[in-house]
Formats: sequence, structure tokens, C-alpha cells
Amino acid sequence: MTARLIGDPVRRKEDRRFLTGKGHYTDDINRAGQVYAVFVRSPHAHAEIKSINTKRAAGAPGIVAVYTGADLVKAGIGTLPCGWGVKNKDGSPMAEPPHPVLASGKVRHVGDPVAVVIAESKAAAEEAAERVDVTYKELPSVTAVDAAVKPGAPQLYDAVKGNLCYDWHIGDKAAADAAFAKAAHVTKLDIVNNRLVPNAMEPRAYIGDYDRATGEHTLFTTCQNPHAIRLLMGAFVLHVPEHKLRVVAPDVGGGFGSKIYHYAEEAAVTWAAAQLGRPVKWTAERSESFLSDAHGRDHVTHAELALDLSGKFLGLRVSTLANLGGYLSTFAAAVPTYLYATLLAGTYTTPAIYAEVKGVFTNTVPVDAYRGAGRPEASYLLERLVDKAANEIQIDPAELRRKNFIPKDAYPYQTPVALAYDSGDYFATLDMALKAADYAGFAKRRDDAKRHGKLRGIGLATYIEACGVAPSAVAGALGARAGLYEVAAVRVNPTGSVTVLTGTHSHGQGHETTFAQVVAERLGIPIDQVDVVHGDTAKTPFGMGTYGSRSLPVGGSALVKALDKVEAKGKKIAAHLLEAAEADIEFKDGKFTVAGTDKSKSFGEVALAAYIPHNYPLETLEPGLDETAYYDPKNFTFPSGAHVAEVEIDRDTGVVELLKFTAADDFGRIVNPMIVEGQVHGGLAQGIGQALFEECRYDPESGQLVTGSFMDYRMPRAGDLPSFAVATHATLCTHNPLGVKGCGEAGAIGAPGAVMNAVLNALSTVGVSDLQMPATPERVWRAINDSKAAA
Amino acid sequence: MYNFEYHKAKTIADASAMITQKSEAKLVAGGMTLIPTLKLRLAKPSDLVDLNGLPELKGIKREGSAVVIGAMTRHVEVAESAEVQKAIPALAHLASHIGDPAVRNRGTLGGSISNNDPVADYPAAVVALNATVITNKRKIAADAFFKGMFETALEPGEIVTAVSFPMPEKAAYMKFPNPASRYAIVGVFVAKHKDGVRVAVTGAGPCVFRQKDMEAALAKNFSADAIKSIAQKQDGLNGDIHASPEYRAHLVGVMARRAVAAAG
Repeated sequence: MTARLIGDPVRRKEDRRFLTGKGHYTDDINRAGQVYAVFVRSPHAHAEIKSINTKRAAGAPGIVAVYTGADLVKAGIGTLPCGWGVKNKDGSPMAEPPHPVLASGKVRHVGDPVAVVIAESKAAAEEAAERVDVTYKELPSVTAVDAAVKPGAPQLYDAVKGNLCYDWHIGDKAAADAAFAKAAHVTKLDIVNNRLVPNAMEPRAYIGDYDRATGEHTLFTTCQNPHAIRLLMGAFVLHVPEHKLRVVAPDVGGGFGSKIYHYAEEAAVTWAAAQLGRPVKWTAERSESFLSDAHGRDHVTHAELALDLSGKFLGLRVSTLANLGGYLSTFAAAVPTYLYATLLAGTYTTPAIYAEVKGVFTNTVPVDAYRGAGRPEASYLLERLVDKAANEIQIDPAELRRKNFIPKDAYPYQTPVALAYDSGDYFATLDMALKAADYAGFAKRRDDAKRHGKLRGIGLATYIEACGVAPSAVAGALGARAGLYEVAAVRVNPTGSVTVLTGTHSHGQGHETTFAQVVAERLGIPIDQVDVVHGDTAKTPFGMGTYGSRSLPVGGSALVKALDKVEAKGKKIAAHLLEAAEADIEFKDGKFTVAGTDKSKSFGEVALAAYIPHNYPLETLEPGLDETAYYDPKNFTFPSGAHVAEVEIDRDTGVVELLKFTAADDFGRIVNPMIVEGQVHGGLAQGIGQALFEECRYDPESGQLVTGSFMDYRMPRAGDLPSFAVATHATLCTHNPLGVKGCGEAGAIGAPGAVMNAVLNALSTVGVSDLQMPATPERVWRAINDSKAAA
Repeated sequence: MYNFEYHKAKTIADASAMITQKSEAKLVAGGMTLIPTLKLRLAKPSDLVDLNGLPELKGIKREGSAVVIGAMTRHVEVAESAEVQKAIPALAHLASHIGDPAVRNRGTLGGSISNNDPVADYPAAVVALNATVITNKRKIAADAFFKGMFETALEPGEIVTAVSFPMPEKAAYMKFPNPASRYAIVGVFVAKHKDGVRVAVTGAGPCVFRQKDMEAALAKNFSADAIKSIAQKQDGLNGDIHASPEYRAHLVGVMARRAVAAAG
């Protein structure tokens, strides 16, 4: 019997290592002769660099070297590239000002690196860094996205008028306007998607190394996609060909998107190591992470929904200002455009949609993809808008959603904003969620709470996301400057164990287990006979890494294709060994059998024959059993679901308590339900964090980061969260071989809307109809007071 | 972190002498404020004088109608002390809500009150319970000890050795924590003594203070209703991204009423 592994909650193979403290992270690595880098960062949000004097630093004890932007320019080092180009409404390309590794001429945010100091110890480097004398001429700064587009706002770049990187749009404006002209009701909403700091548990860390004998550079890095870093850094920044540059991403402690991008510090340590002939290590301090990891979200949006008399959505108009920060990060341009506005149909049949997005430079840390990347912004906007419409036309919010859901039999469904959904059943997930949340019994709970002086509210959100990033040709047509296929190599070892080399990267997702499950089930071998190798360009074929919930839909599909090849070759070998026709060989339960007979060879026997080809069809077949496959997806995948939150609010303090959270998600086929549940839990915690707690704040006058540490940046804690009720309902993805859709981002996408709708539902009883995230105690208390005052 | 000389004090007198002699010496108790400050290179002391290892600064004992707690007693020890839980449960409760487990396992009573962070919890207990701060040189009444933001009555070379907390008839501490740091945005300690009621507010202002309007009202009628109409003035209160002075003033009322109700 074949062990059924796909669908089993197999315990994570990697956890023995992690739970016993044997994980091997970048900062755990120490190379002989290693020196330490510390970056001198701008204390100002916006300033001209008048001069940098490194003389005092160069004389500091233990100093090895000091480099400034001028040194890098002199060495011919390039600027950090942007991986996605977006076009303006008129077809012209976006503004793409250079992003130097070390600031030259000007600094554009607090934390912008201006020099790197390298010394024999970290302490010595810190001492010396304080002796780098930088003279700045402070300039007025602007950190808020709506302030940056106003006339007279401080300008970050001479060549970028109005701080506008791009003015982009999608959809049919005339059709949307026509829909509004005939609408019976229009719901309008001004909404802010609060800026977040990703805060992976492991701070970024890099080690550059250089072998003078071979001319080979090595970078150890906390990244989600080592091949992409090798390509970007090698080709655009350091001008080192791939075969002389190895990038290793060992165990990585969380990324959430923030470790996708090519960062200045990576290039600086790799280059400096070659200059010095010594390994150069840099590990971010937590306060440095706040000032230099790409942030997420930060939108200001006006949206309008047109409805007919029955509550059917007729049209949607959206106008968004997206904060890009001081420089364009690697995927920054794509996040508020192709990963955001293309999702504005959501789960609904809205026939006419028009969205325009201005990407705006400000004196803040660059903004890029953070768990969900564009899709949480779209989902939150839509679900707040739909709830507001339901309140205005007095329909139950669940009913209004059902009325507008894309019907079950409408797939493939072409939206008015480019995407074609392949599958889904929004009715089923909504029903599951409402039932599990006891939506019907809410009125009683609300009344009970009222008796105890509490305001109780229930809120729901449905969502769809586009995952499995991405069909390369489609992405290319939209401005992507990279392919987005994935690759897997299945190396069958002579005695039948298997090593999988994947181009994806696991930094918490558990690929070492889920990928092994796919292999073990298919080949009929025990799961401990399968190891998954990732994160080293010297070992794995050229793949694109992990983000956008792509690893299983795209990387897993490549793995299945490679397994197809292994099986096909195995059949040829077995046919020879069993003296049968290849067409008569069946492969099942780890055995190659001649159909209708008991003649068989085990997978291990066939593997051995492939590597010791004494009895082997060498004239027609190469030895070995080692197959590589590339998979370029035909479409995105479309996970979807419904989330329900229930809250109570303390009227006296404004404190919101999240009492219940229910998620019903459609991730397609599930390989490991335990890992999926863990992914959902993590995503929900971050989504709830955005709704209730987290907000990255800059001082509008000075441009200083106010929430620069955990003393002020409020992360969600275990104690803030109820036990989640999670369930799944699968409609299979129609275009990948596993039928999988991806689950990594869903929680962060659905939760903000559900929680805020619950908060607003509770507050509606005291006359509050609008509130921005996060629903902090003072903000809620003020909203209650203001509505009292208005009444 | 900048370099400094480290000394492990052998006696209280020895510690006192060292911080007097050295120009920029600092005492280390639990280090919960000092060590992060050093790591961020925000302080550059010449010498650190470590009080850990002085057993005479540790321990909890009942002396008549007071509980005397050594300055180097950790928050967790106060929180878990059967003696404190029995004699002044509100004090044990306060200690159990300081920071997080890591902080409670290191942080000390003496360190907290000597630092006099405006958002620390202990000052509210010291003032409301009308405690006496015992140093190597003298005894200081609570009302005279806390002088202003990060300022106390301690003189150069003076080291807190213990605090003597008189047992109240009843007491309670209610804290509205800073959502991020868990320091007090507003903490109100209400204590009913034989000779009156004391209401101490921490977190709200630049230094712990007594809410005397509430004290007067509660002395007449120890009930939450008695202070319902007493509004805390917002002038001079702290304001930050988590709570404006107006919100803090409001919370003083809410926390005070809840503390009175909890005291019973």
C-alpha cells in the first residue's frame, strides 16, 4: 500500500534542528580572519551631504577600512536595481532615480547609509563609526504620502517632479463612470492602510568573502531568494559574473517579504571583502532593522462603489496614493499596482472597475512587499467599502456579499482588472465561516455584553489573492524584469534515497517537510529517505526563491515535473531489467511491475541499476537517475476565503478585545494541514496586528522614525489573540499538477477587514461609522467621544 | 556599548565609596534600564558598580505592621512572596505586572525607584502606601523621595537598601499599560489607611503624584462613585503617540475608580 503522505499532518523534519538550537543562521557563521562592518547612517530625513571626513575613523583602534559613497563610485560600483518597471497613464516609463549603495550627494531618509566602517571587532567598528564626521545641510522633509504630492512639498529628486514615481491606472474609466451615472446608491470611503515594519525575528545579516586564488566571491545572506540576489548584485552592482559569485542563504528566521530585496549592505560587504581579502560580517541591530528593512503598506485611498436598487455592485472607482519611501526597492513599483489594483474585483462580479495609483517618493525607508503585498490593501479597502454599503442600504453584510459573489459555475472568470480566476467557491467558505462563528447567534451575545457595559461587534471579510507568482510572460508584459518560473532537481542517489534541490527557499515555511511529502508519496519511499536542499546557488539550479505564496504552486509543480521524468526513466530501466516492454511497466507503491504479473523491481533496485549499469541499456539510455524540471505557471493561483472576527470594546478606555476569530480558507489541495494551519495562524496574527496594534509613525516635522523600537512599535503578542478557529474548503487549482493554491499570506489579507468591520459593528451602536487602522485605545475612545459630542 | 570599568561591590559602604570617587560611575541593580541604554550607546559611564552579590540588600520580611523589602529583591520575588501576598496583595499584584517575565526576573525594587522613571509602576506603590525608603544614610518618607522626572532625593553616594511598606486596610493598583512597552500609561495605586486614603498616580505625569481631590473624597466615602465626578486636569501630563494628555487625564479617573472597586 502506498503511504498517503499528501494530506497528512507530518511533523516538520526541520524542527529537530530548530527546536534544539542547531539551526544554522548567517550570524552563526564565522570565517577565518573575519572583520566586522558597521554602517554610518543618516540622522536626518533629508539633507545634503556637504562633506564626509573619515580621517579620525581611519586612526581608530582596530580599524581596517572606511568606505564612503565616493569610494564606491570610484570603483565603478553600480546602483541597486529595481526589478519591475511600471508605466505611467500616458505610456511613459516611471521615474527611476538611482539608488546608491552608500548615499552620494544627498540622504533621503533617517537610516540612509553614508559610510561603512570595517574593523577587527564589532565594538571597534562601532567606536570608529562614531568618528566618521559627516557634515549635513538639513533640508525640509516629507514623510506622509498625501503631503508629498501637495504643491510646494519638499522634493526628493531634482529629476522627479512632484515626488511622483508614476501615475498609473488600470481598468475602463468610461465604463466605471457610466456605472456610477446609473447607480441607485453610491458608497464613498476614504481609507488609510497603515505603514508596517515587518520585524522578522532574525535581523538581516551578511558575510562577504573572497578567495583571491580563485577569484570567487561568496555572500552569506539572510535572503528569501539567493539566485535573484546573485543575479541582481552580480550583474547590476558589482559586475561579477555568476560563476564567480556564490550566494548562500542558510537557515533564515522569517522574512515576510522583507528579505526578498537586494539591500545595500549585501553589496557593500561583498565588495569590501574583495578589497580587503578578508571576510566581512554585518549583523543588523534591531534598531537598524527598523531604519533599513523595507517597510510595508502605507496607502491613502479614496474609493467609491456604485450599487443598483437591489444591492448589485455596478462599478468601483479607486484612487490611491502609495508611499514608496526614499528609493525604489527591488519590487516596490509592482506592489501597489499589479499586486494591488488587479485584485479590486475581489470575490465579486463588479462589472466595471477603474483604479489609479500614484507611486510617491517620501523621506522614509523604502516600502516594498510585506506579507500579502498589495492584496491586503485591496482586500481591506473592498471589505470596508462593502460593509459600509451594507450599512447604508441596510442589508445584512453577509447577504450583500452573497448577492455579489462570482457564481460557482462562472469559472474561468475574467475580471475587469486583468486577472482570470480559475476556481473558487466563495459561498462555501462564507457559509463555513459564519456557521463556525455562530453568526446567527450574535445578537444574543451582543445583548449579553451590553448588560456588562461592553460594546460587542462581529465583522466579516471575504478575500481573494493572486498567488503562485507568476506566469513569466504575463509578468514580463506587465513590467517584471525577471522570469518567475521555478525549478527542482530530483537527484536519486544510488541506493534509492533522494535529494531534492529546489530554487525556492524556506525561511519558516517548512518546505523540507512538504516537498519531501510530495516526493515520498510519489516514489513510495519513506519520508526520511528524502532531503530537501535550498538556499545555495552553488548547489541548486537557478530558481526565483520564495515569496507571493509561490513555493508549492510553482516550485512544487516543478518538483512534480521532475518526478515525472524520474518515473519515466525508471520505467525504461525497469523494462530492461524485467525484460518487458516499457509500455507494460507500471509504477506504484515504490515498485516497477510488469502489468498483470508479479514480476517487479523496487525503486531502490532501479536506482542502483542506474548508477551501476552492468545490466543496463547503455546504447539507448544514459546512466544515472537525476532529473531537473522547470515549471512556468500558466496562470496565478487564487486562494480565497472568509474570515469572521468578534470583538468587545471597553467604552471607558477604548480597548478592543478580540474574542473570536474564524477563518475558512480555500487553498486548493493541502499537502500538510498542520503546516497550513501554522501559516494561517501566523498570517492572522500579523493581520490582526495591523488592524489593532501596529503602526509605523514618522514625526511629520523632523522626519524622524517615532516607532523605532519595540518600546513604541506595538507587535501583536500571543496574549492578544484568541484560539483561532480555522477550516479549509478545497476547490482545486485547475492548472497546476498538485491542484494547490498557496496559503502563506491569506491570514494577513483577510484579517484586517474582518477585525475592523467587527470594531465598526460594535461602535455603530454608539454612532461611530468610520475609523482608521489601527484601532488603538485612544483612537477608539476618541471616536466614541466625538460621536457623543456630535449627537 | 562604550568601555567601562566593572566593579562588583563587596559591601554597601564599598559601593557607596566607589560611586562617590569615580566621576561617571553608575550603580547596577537589575540593569533593566541601564543595560539597554548602554547597548544603544546612549550612556557612557566610566565605571559600573554592581550591587548583585550583596545579600544584605535582598529579602522580604515582616516588621510589625510593615513589610520591609530589600532593594535588590527582584520583581518576581515580590510578586510570588507569600508574605507580600498576605500582607499587601496589591503590591504583589503590581510586581506581577511589571514589564514581562524577563524583566521581572532581573529588575529590582531599589533599581526601579532610584531610577524614578515617570512610567514605572513601583513609585505609585511607594507613595500610596506611604512607604519609607531606607538608604545607607537615612530614612526618607515617600512623599519626599520622588522629586521629578528621573530625579529623587538620593544624594551622591546614597544607596537605597530597603523599602518599608506599611500595611494598609485595603489597597489596589490598576494599570493601563503602554500597549508596546508595558510601562504604565497610567497606573493608579489607591490605599486606604487608618488615618486616611492615598491615591498615587504614575505614568500620567513627569513624576508620580498624589491625586488629593480623590483622596479627600475617598476619605469620606471609599467607593468608586465618590470620585466619579472628579476630573483629573490634563495640564502638565505626558503626551506621546500612545496617549495624549487628555486621554491620560481621562484614564486617571477610570483607573482610580477601578482600583477603588478592586480594593473593595
